Amino acid sequence: MVFRYTIPRHPIHQLRDEMDRLLSGAWPGGPLAAWARREGPAVNVWEADDALMVEMEVPGVKNENLDISVVENELVIRVELPETEQQGVTYHRRERPVGSFDRHVPLPFEVDAEHVSAELSRGVLRVTLPKVPSAKPRKIEVKVGGQEG
Amino acid sequence: MADQENVVVENARGCEETRCGQCYRPNVDILEKPDELVVVADVPGAVTEKISVDFADGILSVHAPVDASRADGRTYLAQEFGVGDYYRSFRVSQEIDPSRIAAECADGVLTLHLPKAETVKPRKIAVQAR
Repeated sequence: MVFRYTIPRHPIHQLRDEMDRLLSGAWPGGPLAAWARREGPAVNVWEADDALMVEMEVPGVKNENLDISVVENELVIRVELPETEQQGVTYHRRERPVGSFDRHVPLPFEVDAEHVSAELSRGVLRVTLPKVPSAKPRKIEVKVGGQEG
Repeated sequence: MADQENVVVENARGCEETRCGQCYRPNVDILEKPDELVVVADVPGAVTEKISVDFADGILSVHAPVDASRADGRTYLAQEFGVGDYYRSFRVSQEIDPSRIAAECADGVLTLHLPKAETVKPRKIAVQAR
């Protein structure tokens, strides 16, 4: 079966992605970070043998700023990027995003919601969503057919 | 004010021409306090022990390598960010004291402290009454 997996997003973000891809060779620094577009921290999604893996860039975020849940067939990550503004200083650059964001990641297959785990390391969040047995690859043995008659 | 905005100017064309491999430009906050400049950079995934910070000829450069092998063998269903080293450089036009530059990294956030040289620190001159 062939299916296309996409994380639904506003068309303007999709257009920007396409533009980034076109310009990534010429643009110093490569594509703009996804969360500079105010849609929330960027996520990568891939499939391992027995789980769906989701990684999100959340620099400066502590455990208590994260709220992760599986709702029906979506993984919802709510992240609070703490306010960093300091009083009485002059800002020359202010690029790091602040505020709270929700990211909804659709799950392409059924996962075992009871055993979802998450770890935070060096500002990268990794969520492991184990597959339910029916979604795991199953080896089908081919039997040698008996001679008829 | 115009002068202040030029305290830190991004070095035109970072590393892309001379370094091989994909390099990402981290988001930064740069703030100025009376006695120091502070650069805060988002470098999620960077390995603290491998981060290098150089200051030479008025150019501050930061190179923060990540463990790129963590992305080996993945076939992404959706990819919104690439896993690769971070690099960015700045021209610092203010006099700073290179020997006292300090850096710390926690939770994927790198903070650099660039203390101003004594000569450029604001000095309050007391006016004596006679």
